[in-house]
Order: sequence, then structure tokens, then C-alpha cells
Amino acid sequence: MAVIIDYDAGNLRSVQRACAEVGLEAEITADPRRVSEAERVIFPGVGAAGSAMKSLCSTGMDVALKEVITSGRPVLGICLGLQISLDHSEESDQNTLGLIPGKVLRFRLDNPELKIPHMGWNEVRVVQSHPLLEGIEAGDEFYFVHGYFPQPQDRSNVYAVTDYESEFASAVGRKNYFATQFHPEKSGRVGLRLLASFKNWDGGC
Amino acid sequence: MLSKRLIACLDVRDGKLAKSVRFVDTRDIGDPVEKAREYYADGLDELVFYDITASSEKRNIMLDVVEKVAEQVFIPLSVGGGVRSVADATDLRLAGAEKINVNSAAVVRPELISECAEAIGDQNIVLSMDIRRVERSDQFPSGYEIVINGGRTPMGIDALNWACKGEKLGAGELVVNSIDADGTRNGYELTLTAMLAEAVRIPVIASGGAGKPDHLYDVLTTGRADAALVASMVHYGDYTVSELKKQLHDRGVKMRMSW
Repeated sequence: MAVIIDYDAGNLRSVQRACAEVGLEAEITADPRRVSEAERVIFPGVGAAGSAMKSLCSTGMDVALKEVITSGRPVLGICLGLQISLDHSEESDQNTLGLIPGKVLRFRLDNPELKIPHMGWNEVRVVQSHPLLEGIEAGDEFYFVHGYFPQPQDRSNVYAVTDYESEFASAVGRKNYFATQFHPEKSGRVGLRLLASFKNWDGGC
Repeated sequence: MLSKRLIACLDVRDGKLAKSVRFVDTRDIGDPVEKAREYYADGLDELVFYDITASSEKRNIMLDVVEKVAEQVFIPLSVGGGVRSVADATDLRLAGAEKINVNSAAVVRPELISECAEAIGDQNIVLSMDIRRVERSDQFPSGYEIVINGGRTPMGIDALNWACKGEKLGAGELVVNSIDADGTRNGYELTLTAMLAEAVRIPVIASGGAGKPDHLYDVLTTGRADAALVASMVHYGDYTVSELKKQLHDRGVKMRMSW
């Protein structure tokens, strides 16, 4: 059993459905107590960092999430969930949760042919092995939609990278926290594989 | 590097699959959920459902279709047709649509784009434009005009201006549908697609006219589209999704080749 944190940050049912497909029952909840008690937590999100932080902090969800992470239980961040786990986002100049040292920057692309947001399927290259990335092979692509990208301070927190003019971190992690910039729930078979690995993950690396 | 996307569009009327030819005649060609699963298994990158149900009482049938597909198909799912309000958009999102396409109602009331963008996020609003070729004039500097109601009603709006305005209002993506090319199978409108793709920073999906793999190649290269939308080409079994992707890949277009 997992919980999916609901903080008005997007369509959570697609995450729930993808979890169901791999046999992971997941409850969507906006109640911080449910999150504190959960065996494993998914922290998804689309939208803007500013409003997401406001919503998390006003409900006490930020505290609950930190508690779960401190306790060592597995947590998976997705997209905006990844971005607000760093220290600061350039989007609305927002201080964020600080679970992983680093910041989130806006894409500034020299090539006028490259579109913003970075939307579509792109290759994810594993640079450091991790239980959740097991089975992902060279050339496997995942679905992305984002206008900002994460830049962790410490290379040891970067598990996969993706190229969009230059290279950015597309999967980050620290101990029992792991997060992807891409959407595993919308990435076909390879995305489902990652969610299946999350189902069995004990939080160790 | 980002891959180009192959998108299949399924027109749905009363819960059944239909294929429009020049928007006017439509005929039923099967079960949308089954088709969606088939294309997903064959490597499709994204699905679009267009609801062409005439009566509003039958709209809930579409929500059912979306819900069933979302349970089985784990790629981005985009839904449009008859979206007139934030409530319509939200209902479809809850049923499982990632992206919402707005079209006619946004031409009539452009604030619909910003309202939906605010409610469900910029990146999830797709502005779908039906466009016809006209004489270049002061009114139509681009030589293309926006039409609505499935191509029946010309709106007196220049297509290039509307694309730029849509982007400013918060659309996250554009569908450029040429009604001159739609259903002809003679190829996409390359001039139009390239012109709009150059004018905006958001991704552009080319629509209308695909009949041969060459057409897809042309629109993803010369036409500068980020994605190509196909319908009858794959619906009637003339080509498969994987075969189209492989052909594009073999000709040097970056496509997602493992799924």
C-alpha cells in the first residue's frame, strides 16, 4: 500500500492507475496524517513551484513528507515533486523543501528550433545504478513535460541524465528518496517497470 | 535528444470510432478502446480523442471511453471536441485525459485558453486550430484563415495571429489542422505548418492530409513539426504505427524505437 500526495498539483489518477497496473495499491490523500503513517509515498505534481509550496505548507504536508523521509520509508517524487525537493526554484523565485541540495533553473536554449516546454519522449541515461532504474537500457525513452530543470549541487545525487541542448539531471536521489523529472506513469512499459521496482523497493540504494 | 512524436487521432461519435473525411461524412470504424490498446502496444507515442458527438446529452459516453482507455494505455492522452469551459476540461482530466484540446469555443471566447491554463496547467492545454487557405490580404497577412464548426464557419481571423495569441494566452502546444488537406491523403500543408512552427516557441503538431510515410517525413523535416498526427492511415490497416516509426527512423528522423 502506498499513498499519493494530493496537493492540488495535477492529475493524480494517472499515477494511481499506473500503480494499479503493476499491482501497487495506492490511495490518493490530502491528509498529512495518512502520509505520516504510509508505508511508501509517491509525491507527484505538475504546475508551478510557488503555488505547490504554498499548498504543501498551508496543510502541514511539508512536515509530514519530511517525517516520512527521515524515517527511511521509500518516497518517489515525480516531475514537480522532484523540483520542489531541491533548495530553490527559479520559478516564482521560490524556496523549496531542501531534501536534496541544489536548485531548479529555467531552460534557456540557444537553438531557436528547440521548443519550451521540453515536451515529449527523450532518452534517459543511467549514470549511477539504483534499484529503481534496474532494467532500463540504453536507448529507453521516457515522457517529459517541463519548462524548468533540476540542477543538484552534488553529482552523487544524480542517477540519470537527459540531453536537451545540454545535459540535465533527469533522475535524482538521496537514500530512501528518489525522484524523476519524467513521468513514469505516462512512459509505457519502461515507466511501468520503474513503478514496479518502486513497489518492491526497501528504500536502500 | 527529444524524439519526434507519432500521434494517432481517433474521432469518436457516441462512443464509437469514426473517421471524418473533409469533416463532413463520417462513418463508424470500430471500438476506440480496442484501437487505443492496439496502437499503444505497437509503440504509439501519444493518443488524441476527438469527440464529435452531436448531442450534449451523450457527452458522458466520452468520459467513459476516456476512463477505459486511461486504465490500459500508459502514454499521454489528449482529448478535445466540444470543450467550452473549465468544468468540461476538468471532467475530462478526472476521467484520465492528460491534455485538453480547445478549438472552436476558444476562437469565440479566447479567455477560455487562459482560464483552462490556470486551472490545469499551461502544458496541458492544446490549442487546436482548423485552418483554410485564403487570398493574402490586409485581413489575412499570412494567407490562412481560422475556421470553426468542423470547417463550416470562417471566422475572419488570420491563422498566424491566432497562433501567436493562443501562445500568449497560455496554450502549451498547437495542433495545426489544414482543412484543405484533411482527409485527402495528399500530404500535410507544409507551408502552413512551417510558418506556424517558426512563429511560436511551443511544440506544433501537424494534422490533416497524411496518406503515405513520405508525408510524415516531410512534415517532421521541411514542415518543422514536432509531432505528426495520423488517422485513416493507421485506422484502416494500410500502415501500422511501428512500421511508420521505423521508416521515419531509418530516414534519420529521431523517433522512440523501444517500447
